[in-house]
Amino acid sequence: MKETKIKTKNLTLFYGAKMALNSISVDIPENEVTAFIGPSGCGKSTFLRTLNRMNDLIPGVKITGEVLVDSLNIYDKQIDVVNLRKKIGMVFQKSNPFAKSIFENVAYGPRINGITDRKKLEEIVERSLKNAFIWEEVKDRLHDSAMGLSGGQQQRMCIARTLAVEPEIILMDEPASALDPISTAKIEELIFELKKNYTIVIVTHNMQQAARVSDLTAFFYLGELIEFGKTKKIFTSPDKKQTEDYITGRFG
Amino acid sequence: MSKRKSLTGGIFIGATALSAFLIIAVIIVLLVVIILGGKGTFSWEFLTAFPTDGMMKGGIFPAIYGTALLVLIMSVAAVPFGTITAIYLTEYASEKSILAQTIRFAVRTLATVPSIIFGLFGLGFFIKFVGGGMDNFFLGGELKWGQPNILWASLTMALLTLPVVIVSVEEAIRTVPRELREASLALGATKWETIKRIVLPGSRAGIMTGTILAVSRGAGEVAPILFTGAAYYLATLPTSLSDQFMNLGYHIYIMATQSANVDQTLPIQFATTMVLLMLTFMLNLTAVIIRARLRRKAK
Ligand SMILES: Nc1ncnc2c1ncn2[C@@H]1O[C@H](COP(=O)(O)OP(=O)(O)OP(=O)(O)O)[C@@H](O)[C@H]1O
Ligand SMILES: [Mg+2]
Repeated sequence: MKETKIKTKNLTLFYGAKMALNSISVDIPENEVTAFIGPSGCGKSTFLRTLNRMNDLIPGVKITGEVLVDSLNIYDKQIDVVNLRKKIGMVFQKSNPFAKSIFENVAYGPRINGITDRKKLEEIVERSLKNAFIWEEVKDRLHDSAMGLSGGQQQRMCIARTLAVEPEIILMDEPASALDPISTAKIEELIFELKKNYTIVIVTHNMQQAARVSDLTAFFYLGELIEFGKTKKIFTSPDKKQTEDYITGRFG
Repeated sequence: MSKRKSLTGGIFIGATALSAFLIIAVIIVLLVVIILGGKGTFSWEFLTAFPTDGMMKGGIFPAIYGTALLVLIMSVAAVPFGTITAIYLTEYASEKSILAQTIRFAVRTLATVPSIIFGLFGLGFFIKFVGGGMDNFFLGGELKWGQPNILWASLTMALLTLPVVIVSVEEAIRTVPRELREASLALGATKWETIKRIVLPGSRAGIMTGTILAVSRGAGEVAPILFTGAAYYLATLPTSLSDQFMNLGYHIYIMATQSANVDQTLPIQFATTMVLLMLTFMLNLTAVIIRARLRRKAK
């Protein structure tokens, strides 16, 4: 087993009076792909968003328990959320390009980190787009609006945009759910490449996808973590009946 | 029974159609009268020349120039201030905070205050208090800022148009999708960086709309500048913030009430009205088009 990158201890989250996560404890290892699966509304996105403190933005959210990233509690008062989010990138379900050029989208993160040197920005943009497997498709139109890309291209550009900040962890919330099979395959291939250098946590509704891309799988149900373990094991001989029922499609 | 129902229904439809027709008819008659009355006087010359013969003849250039300068200075004051207020209300204040609710209440109230009250406020606050204070403090009591001028008139007008700007910008800020803000924050941007780089550029059209609506309002209002800076007649254009200025709306008022021979200046009044109407109509039309585009984008 590799070293633990993210560790949660009894993480509980309320939206107002409604409990969305009930005492979740997991160890997510470094440089592996961890998939979250479970029926709609079970708290996968909510859990993912506690890992980069995205839920801070929603009024009425109350969180107890701990999230440790590299053994530091990210909900500690001394933690700088902005720096934390530079270390933990996030790719969203719906691709969300800014109404700017492809170049400016990818350069956005480096720019807010104070990089102004044109040469350096060009380098970062090219490297990030290459790492997201989209360079060849966009290299001649870097200064066109990102809105003109196809859905799959937009999503890979958003991944490039995340890579440009050089995070250590990448959180992905159903990154391929709005894409066609070819784009999905590209994203999966990309995830496979990325895990050499990044810790990846991915939410997915697609069982085959979880089985294909992940090393570890966590099954959530109604805000609880039912089972967590090696993907192979979860998909072939799960310990819990609920997990088996869900994976075999008997509910959810 | 059903017959009676359809009868009242018919009367109702007839009444609404009649009202609608009346409104349109009034507008058409108004336009026709103004255009017929003004078209003989309206010319390039009329737009670019100074009034002559004790304002009985000549053009209205100083009034156009003064109006333009007025709305320009007004915009420079109202747009940034209104935008900052809108940003505070939408991005920083929680809906329930007392300060935010107080500001909202103040903005709504400001929008309903009769414009002459703004004029009186400008006289009391800007001219007597601020301007008078400046004269006493910097000039040892010499009268310079403590009298009507284009700066105080513009600031008074800025207060009047502030609600328009705030409401337009707020609306535009709300159309910037949450996904884009989240994308920016997730890349490690601070809240302020997100506002500066994503929210404000995304609200450009709304800020434009607000500005245009404010300008069109400011170009047409007379009461706020009555005591704060508008002049009856000036032989030269204003060159300093402490100068008085001529104004289209005020010019019409003067011509219609104070002129040596009101009947003789009637064509000038019509033509000036025509200019003012065209100006505000064009500004409003532009604002409507931008706003419609914005709304479509929001959907
Ligand atoms: N902002 C919010 N305010 C209140 N309740 C919320 C909020 N966001 C999510 N919830 C609730 O919390 C629960 C978990 O939601 P979450 O979005 O995490 O589920 P999910 O597993 O990601 O579902 P899906 O697969 O449909 O994306 C749901 O019952 C949802 O209704
Ligand atoms: Mg979700």
